[in-house]
Parts: sequence; structure tokens; C-alpha cells
Amino acid sequence: MSCLLECRSITKKFGTFCALSDINFTIERGRIVGLLGPNGSGKSTFIKIANGLLTPTSGEIIINGSSVGTETKKMVSYLPERTYLNNWMKVSEMIAYFSDFYDDFDKNKAYEMLQRLGISPDAKLKTLSKGTKEKVQLILVMSRNADIYLLDEPIGGVDPAARDYILNTIITNYNENSSVIISTHLISDIEQVLDDVIFIKNGHLVLTSSVEDIRMNQEKSIDAYFREVFRC
Amino acid sequence: MTWNLKSNQPIYTQLLETIQIRIISGFYPVGGKLPSVRELAAEAAVNPNTMQKALSELERSGLIHSQRTTGRFITEDTVMIRKLREDIAREHIEKFFKSMEQIGFTNEETEELIIAITRREEV
Repeated sequence: MSCLLECRSITKKFGTFCALSDINFTIERGRIVGLLGPNGSGKSTFIKIANGLLTPTSGEIIINGSSVGTETKKMVSYLPERTYLNNWMKVSEMIAYFSDFYDDFDKNKAYEMLQRLGISPDAKLKTLSKGTKEKVQLILVMSRNADIYLLDEPIGGVDPAARDYILNTIITNYNENSSVIISTHLISDIEQVLDDVIFIKNGHLVLTSSVEDIRMNQEKSIDAYFREVFRC
Repeated sequence: MTWNLKSNQPIYTQLLETIQIRIISGFYPVGGKLPSVRELAAEAAVNPNTMQKALSELERSGLIHSQRTTGRFITEDTVMIRKLREDIAREHIEKFFKSMEQIGFTNEETEELIIAITRREEV
């Protein structure tokens, strides 16, 4: 299998605080990976570095053979932890905006998902609830045909039914050429859809493993194993 | 016959068992076509790679076979399906006897109890 993302001894310091410390791992194509860790463990920092929103203090991330930059931004579809949608726009205008911005944006896919979740394209974003806005944001991100989807807490603010739909969207959009990285601490909700997990704690990589190996060797769920590894 | 997945066991073995049960119960008919990996994964809400792994395992055992372009089919070998059905029944029964043993029943006592209960229900 070919390597899609390679994280080469990434270290990120904010002043004297070390957010990530010498992180190394690779992600292959066609995988759904959970980036798991307690609050403040460095999950979002990693995702922002992979996006080019932050530069690492040392080390580099290679995506599809190129170091993070303009080229890799075309391949990466990013769902940030908070929404950045323009409140004065309508949903349909936002879709047009994304479609202008990204070559790989599939409008039909976006409208189809809006319909499934019962969101009107004519609605102004400022009239939508927080959860609905998050759904719109996720629809925009998942409607691209990208190589990597970086989803920072995609299911935190939405109700359980929509959560199921979102996971279903991730599974059905899955193809063997792209990978999805999901950062979350809602492990029990997503562990069935994951291939691999990456545990990080205080900026250190604790383990990378396939979900089935953990279930087989530990005879417990990822959620239970996480609670054990990160016991407070 | 839903995909009732337990959280403390590997997922693919549970998928495999559910598909086996669906085959021996006739939910997926002999010689019939299986839904695609993607459809099955979505239905069970699991990762497509995991479903793929379960299906590969079933293919290896001969219970299903894939035809290059048209998809995966259940075997037409009814002897094989019948044998699987018996194997699974035996497993269930052995497990049952073991748990009866734990609450202090010998095999003979358990058998007697089974007969007593089934007779009473028939009356």
C-alpha cells in the first residue's frame, strides 16, 4: 500500500510549551484513522500543521510526496474545530463559493446531502442553529473529492441521529485512494468505522495500532482501552 | 438479525458470524447474490475495509465466491451450508451445557430438564 501522509519527527513549541514532541507516523491510502487524545493533547495542533495553518518548530509532514504547501492544500479537505462560514450568506451561496474555490468540489453531492439532512439551500446561515451550521460545514468538506479529509471534532456538536448520518456519509464516501483522519474524544461513537487509531497524550505519540488488533489483544473496545491508557 | 456488534471483540469476526447466520437461516438464499461491500458496511455502520476482511475470510472458507464483475454469491453447495448449520448448533449447545455446569447441573440433569420443559410446552 502506498503512503499518503508521512509525519516526520514533528515538534511544535509555543514559547516554552511543547504542544507536539517528535511525532512520527505514516498513513496509507484508503484508511479511516482516529486521532485520539484527551483535551489539550495536541490533536488540533497536528491537524493545523498538516493543513499549513501552523508551521512546525522542526520536522515536516509530507502529503502525497510533497511537503505541506500550496500543492497539498488542493489535496486536503479540512473541517476546522469551529465554523468559519459567512453568516450573511445563504447555504446555496456558500456552496457556490466552495465550488468556485475548489476544483474538486462536487455540487450535486452537496445538494444531495443537504436534502438528506433536511437543510434548505435558501436558508441564511445566521438563522441556523449551531448544530445545523456544523452539518453544513461538514457537507461542504465532504463534497470535495480530496485525497485526505482532516476532520477536527466532526461530531461534537450534532445530535446522535445526525451523528449516525455523518458516519454513514464518511463510510459511503470512502474510496481506496483517499484517507480520512478524524480527531475526537467521542470514541465509542466512531470506533466501528475506524481502521487505525493514533493515541496522543501531552504532545507525545502513545501508540498507533489497528482497531482490530486492540480489540483482539486487549479484548476490550477502543473506548475502554482509551480510558485505561489515559486514566486521570 | 441485526448487526448487533459487541464492543469487546474484533469486529470482523462478528460480521463474519452474522453473515454465516444469515446464510444458514436463508436470509441470504442459496446461490443468491450478496449486497456489495459498501452496502453491507453502511448497513452495519462499520468500516468498509473491515467488512471486506470478513468477506475475504468467508470466501476462503468457500461459503461465498466472487465473480469478477458481477459481485459476490452464496455457495450453491447445500451440503456445506447444512454442515455449517450443524457446527453452529453444536457450538451453541456446548456453550449451553457449560453454563449449566457452572450453576451445578450435570449433563444428565440438564438433558432431563430440557425434556421436561419441551414436553410441558407441547401440552
